Amino acid sequence: MAVSKDDHGPLWRRRTSKGDFAAWLAWLIGAAVVAVCFSLISDKTIWEFVWSAPREAADLGSRMIPPDWSYSTQLWRPLWDTFNIATLGTAIALIISVPVAFCAARNTTPSTSVVRPIALFVIAASRSINSLIWALLLVVIVGPGVFAGVLAIAFRSIGFCGKLLYEAIEEIDVPPVEAVTATGASSGQVLTYGVAPQIMPAFAGISVFRWDINIRESTILGLVGAGGIGLQLSASINNLDWSRVAVILIAILATVIVSEWLSAKIRGALT
Amino acid sequence: MTVTTQTSHAPARNYWRRPPIIANPRLRWALGLGLGIYLAAAIGTLDINWIRVAEGWPRAERFFSGFMPPDFFARGDAILSGLLESLWMTVAATALGVLISVPVAIGGARNVAPMPIYLFCRSLMALSRTFHEVLIAIFFVKLFGFGPFAGVATLTMATVGFYAKLLAEDIEAINVSQSEAIRATGASWLQWLDYAIRPQVRPRAIGLAVYRLDINFRESAIIGIVGAGGIGATLNTAFDRYEFDTAAAILLIIIGIVMAAEYTSGIIRKAVQ
Repeated sequence: MAVSKDDHGPLWRRRTSKGDFAAWLAWLIGAAVVAVCFSLISDKTIWEFVWSAPREAADLGSRMIPPDWSYSTQLWRPLWDTFNIATLGTAIALIISVPVAFCAARNTTPSTSVVRPIALFVIAASRSINSLIWALLLVVIVGPGVFAGVLAIAFRSIGFCGKLLYEAIEEIDVPPVEAVTATGASSGQVLTYGVAPQIMPAFAGISVFRWDINIRESTILGLVGAGGIGLQLSASINNLDWSRVAVILIAILATVIVSEWLSAKIRGALT
Repeated sequence: MTVTTQTSHAPARNYWRRPPIIANPRLRWALGLGLGIYLAAAIGTLDINWIRVAEGWPRAERFFSGFMPPDFFARGDAILSGLLESLWMTVAATALGVLISVPVAIGGARNVAPMPIYLFCRSLMALSRTFHEVLIAIFFVKLFGFGPFAGVATLTMATVGFYAKLLAEDIEAINVSQSEAIRATGASWLQWLDYAIRPQVRPRAIGLAVYRLDINFRESAIIGIVGAGGIGATLNTAFDRYEFDTAAAILLIIIGIVMAAEYTSGIIRKAVQ
């Protein structure tokens, strides 16, 4: 806060003149960087293709409408697979991420010098590889199909769930843990009776949150051959069968809306 | 907490049992049974080809031996230009996305906007969040042609869905007394936005922007696979040419940058909040 004087007395201003100048300079530099980025992208863009976008959109629309509704009967199995990829993948990730999180949390890790860095590395490595790239690798290893998708989702989610979970573990209240320890409980009993009840709400919230994200992710894993509705989508796109693409997109839209509604319901029930 | 009295031959005494998570026993059993049936059905239809999985190990070995050693230099120019393109795309899309998001977020906050505008902005957010970035990229590549423009359009759209939603939630959670105080001074609606709302959401707005910058870089590595430019396009080319050593180098670079970005964005977010 700064005050400047004019003929009528003191006048309140948000910043000093120096502060005003610094803020203005920061905005200027930011705007310049963004402008440079845009001009570099513009150099790499073939603008004729961009300008033809409305025509392309109209063309695409005319091919997609009317959607090929009769195709929708063949989509139940891929949708079921998509749902399973997300659900089983999340379940596997949760099972693995619990011990990882306990090893990564500063207050429960068995050793800060060896186990904790390993657990943190597992979390970081799993998080920084996108599930599509995991799928790309896993399709080569376990073969194309739903199983590769389940594993891809699981591997990507371990880091996500593990990170949020270990942060929740680090924030727990100490007195209940001390109380349970004081009764002479073994370390396993301390975990189940002192720590676990405290992180249960966080655990449930994290699983529903990640499941919701995974439903979205599992719709595209088929593009690289890892099962689910993406398989049908990429086949239809490659055949330029846009009326089927429209049906698939509507199916994905419905799935995502249902999953969002469901996870909102579960979250509401939990709190 | 359940305290049950034991009525067996042993001397009667109270003992404590951990309360179940779901209090209603009927619901508890029904949920457990339903879960069991679902798991059986899901795993039953998984169709795991165990013979193929068993073959997986030698295949994986061959695959990863192709990765070793990562070759950073054979296609160094392509990697560098792909990386720079990803960076430009990330910055441009984040800036444009935030610029579009701010009015949408203000319109999507129930305590600022009237009902029709609120519903419109909320459905805009929902729409841009529904489809995965890769699906949107496929369509933008079809519309705008191959290259970074389609990528920027995709990332911008994804940014709006994310940023506007979280910012709107933050605007809805502001401290009311401050906003009333500014109103009481006779401030106009714009002044009210500028002096009552903006200072309260500023730290989170900056934090979210940095976080989104981080996410957009990650996503830019993926949407290139379907033709939307950036390092993902270089990665895809490397895979298509079976240049697995180059692909390994690109993956390592992506992991390194993502980790560095996450670390710095964490520091920046901590500093502003």
